[in-house]
Amino acid sequence: MSEMTPEKFVALLEASKESKDWQPLFDIIPYFSYLGLRLENRDGSLICVLPEDKKFIGNPTLPALHGGVVGAFLESTALVHLFATQEVTRLPKIINITVEYLRSGKPVETYAEAVITKPGRRVANMRIEAWQGNRKKPIAAAHANFLVS
Amino acid sequence: MSTEFDISQIQNIIDYGIPHCADIGVKVHEMDEEGVVFSLPYQERFAGNPVNGVLHGGIITTLIDTAAGMCIYARLKKYMPIATLDLRIDYLKPATPGEDVFTRATCYKTTKQIAFVRAIAYHSDPEDPVANAVGTFMLRSTNTPPLNLSAAKKGASE
Repeated sequence: MSEMTPEKFVALLEASKESKDWQPLFDIIPYFSYLGLRLENRDGSLICVLPEDKKFIGNPTLPALHGGVVGAFLESTALVHLFATQEVTRLPKIINITVEYLRSGKPVETYAEAVITKPGRRVANMRIEAWQGNRKKPIAAAHANFLVS
Repeated sequence: MSTEFDISQIQNIIDYGIPHCADIGVKVHEMDEEGVVFSLPYQERFAGNPVNGVLHGGIITTLIDTAAGMCIYARLKKYMPIATLDLRIDYLKPATPGEDVFTRATCYKTTKQIAFVRAIAYHSDPEDPVANAVGTFMLRSTNTPPLNLSAAKKGASE
């Protein structure tokens, strides 16, 4: 980890933006690797994918995903959206996030998409939604603010 | 059902009943009517910043969410199925790389159906927190047996 410099990180980010292959960038962010995060481009929409994995279960009797993982996935999706759509010269910093849990998340593949509700010069206000089988039935939604410069 | 909380019993619920918490290594330190104190040892695999190793906010969210749910049991002195309605987290400063993260969560109000919780995350000084959080939980959210029963069954079968 020590060999990664801010300059190398931004260079990798620019390369990912150019090639539209985000895997090399995700691979160097340890927590993204832990989550097994992927990015898919569906008809111009950037959809983040959280794979099915037993280690994300918070309640084995339901069974349901751990709420913390869902929150973390929403936050990660917002960050990825900023990487892909904004001129990022440094890693954006999260200021706050409000996660609303709408339905219990089943331990299956989960999707999320972020939109920037206000792209400020210093702060980006984001809205993120996560769903599983049916996009019209989101399992969670979040509002978050990121410091972008 | 016991009304006293035995830390090793709670740790057992986490280790056998909550797979994600077992996987990341959540530790229980205190649990009484005043609230709970949990911790997570620093692990590089949870870093969100590859340059300096600062933890991803999401792992702090997970630790806080876990403690926030558990402090409701501590206040009610019993287990029941609960579900997080919402959780707001303010990240006050980056977590220091290499340092364990603690969280203290307190349930300060319950109604028949809802529990209200606040929590902080910190390293060594609760007066200098890394994050501040508030959340609301739905009580008796499902008819499925609460977590401790499944954990106890699993523990007994091992």
